[in-house]
Amino acid sequence: MDFAALNEHLGGVLKSESFRDNTRLIVPAAQLDDLMSHLKHHLGFDMLSDVTCCDYLEYPGATDRYGVIYVVVNTKTRERLVVKTFVNDPSPTLPSMYRHWKTADWTEREVYDLFGIHFAGHPNLQRILCPPEFESHALRKDYPLKGRGERHNFPVITRAES
Amino acid sequence: MPVVASSLHPATSRNAAGGPASSHAEAANSEYLWTLNFGPQHPATHTTLRLVLTLDGEKVVKAEPDIGYLHSGFEKLGESLDFNQYVTIVDRMNYISPLANEIAWHHTVEKLLGIEITPRCTYLRTILAELMRLHDHLLCVGAVALDLGAFTAFLYFFQQRELIYDIVEYASGQRFHTSYTRVGGVLFDVNNLWADKVRSFAKNFPKIHSEVDRLLTKNRIFVDRVKGVGVLSREDAINMGCTGPIARASGVVRDLRKDEPYLAYADLDFKIAASKNGDCYARYLVRMQEMLESIKIINQAIENIPAGPVNVELEGKSVLPSKPAVYRSIEGLIHHFEMIMPNRGFKVPVEELYACTESPNGELGFYIVADGEPRAYRARCRPPSFIHFATFQHLMPGYMLSDVPAILGSLNIIAAELDR
Repeated sequence: MDFAALNEHLGGVLKSESFRDNTRLIVPAAQLDDLMSHLKHHLGFDMLSDVTCCDYLEYPGATDRYGVIYVVVNTKTRERLVVKTFVNDPSPTLPSMYRHWKTADWTEREVYDLFGIHFAGHPNLQRILCPPEFESHALRKDYPLKGRGERHNFPVITRAES
Repeated sequence: MPVVASSLHPATSRNAAGGPASSHAEAANSEYLWTLNFGPQHPATHTTLRLVLTLDGEKVVKAEPDIGYLHSGFEKLGESLDFNQYVTIVDRMNYISPLANEIAWHHTVEKLLGIEITPRCTYLRTILAELMRLHDHLLCVGAVALDLGAFTAFLYFFQQRELIYDIVEYASGQRFHTSYTRVGGVLFDVNNLWADKVRSFAKNFPKIHSEVDRLLTKNRIFVDRVKGVGVLSREDAINMGCTGPIARASGVVRDLRKDEPYLAYADLDFKIAASKNGDCYARYLVRMQEMLESIKIINQAIENIPAGPVNVELEGKSVLPSKPAVYRSIEGLIHHFEMIMPNRGFKVPVEELYACTESPNGELGFYIVADGEPRAYRARCRPPSFIHFATFQHLMPGYMLSDVPAILGSLNIIAAELDR
């Protein structure tokens, strides 16, 4: 992958980092869709392997709160790339990657469920692991390990009304 | 079985290509459709998953998987347990082939810490990883056969699983949730008796494999139930992120053991099993073929297993010392405490990385964000089952209710991996 040409295409906003054999591209949220579309349609990254998120609330030296991480793979050249972007409260929103890769369907729903990040343009952005009446986002760093007792307040459904 | 208005809406014949989407969308709006809850606990789902099926007679027009019945919270737990403790959790993510998850987890941690494991350990882990591949495929193929009415094949294969349990128990002391790997090595070394057990298993297994092959591969009833069912095209397989046997059955010849070699796979000779049809039968054939390739790998690895230490040595100051060193020497004891006490332990970089291995189901990856503490700041698991189960809603429409166990079984869904 030619980083210089890619960076020029995006107007020089891209940053690249490398650790062990991981190559990371760090992109501002506004250019994410442009970058991903370019990766998919021009550079042959035809598989979206994973979408995940990290809450950098207590991370040393972090300036942004949520880092959303995409792992893309080129199945022909076996190249693997980690794309990372940052969003912040109060309304963390990113464009959905569903229109490029269908993998984004469930993985983005999971990130929405556990971190509360909205994906604009997702066809079915609902909670996937937690029940709909659950209001918190369990993998955020300010959510306690033992929970906040939501489970005990769920309405009891009896056999007669189910 | 719901018997509903089939005379008004005669069931169309099975559509091998999955059926045209427009007619399903039209049908989904009709009021004569039935909703059937398949699960959360149904004998054919093996675990707690719920499928909400919309039926037109016996034909499925819409299948909506509903996951989240276990609420394990494993990723949250990973942020409070250290790198060695968390291994007890990762093996519970996959109760079909637990050691494969342990190997994937410590593979990622060692890469993060920059630890190079010993040659003996790479071979040992390779053998165990391949035994787990067999373990997983045996249950998957056996369970599909069982759901489709072939009980004998299931018994034959489950008995082979018992032998693998014995081998794993002899190495680690546990039959199932072994917690056998450690950062920089494994819990105990193995001995010659263990190697003999592996050799005798690898010698006898092809015989049982060919028996089951004769029972199923050309069996009219079995083939009719799986051939042309649940077709996943090559483009869809890539677009939906499928890996492992499911992608290879659709013609995506991609195997991390070859593409991004780890452990001892670069030294060993084996082939990638692949097929083109992308149906349940192709997935069955790929798994059957892969089992024989695994035996080939095990045979080579067990004969070439190098001598020497199985853990990275004490001077490295980065891994737990062996138990004899802890009990018999003061250096070992001090070193053990240094690793275990809070605010001591591993020298962890403030970095993050993604690493993955080819688990029996496909790409099993971990994304670890480290903040310098001896536990992960964020431990993300990229579970193959979760990605594969998302394809179910695309595979199912157009097929019959009786095809549900075949398609679900061929995807090999593990509920603990879905919920984590």
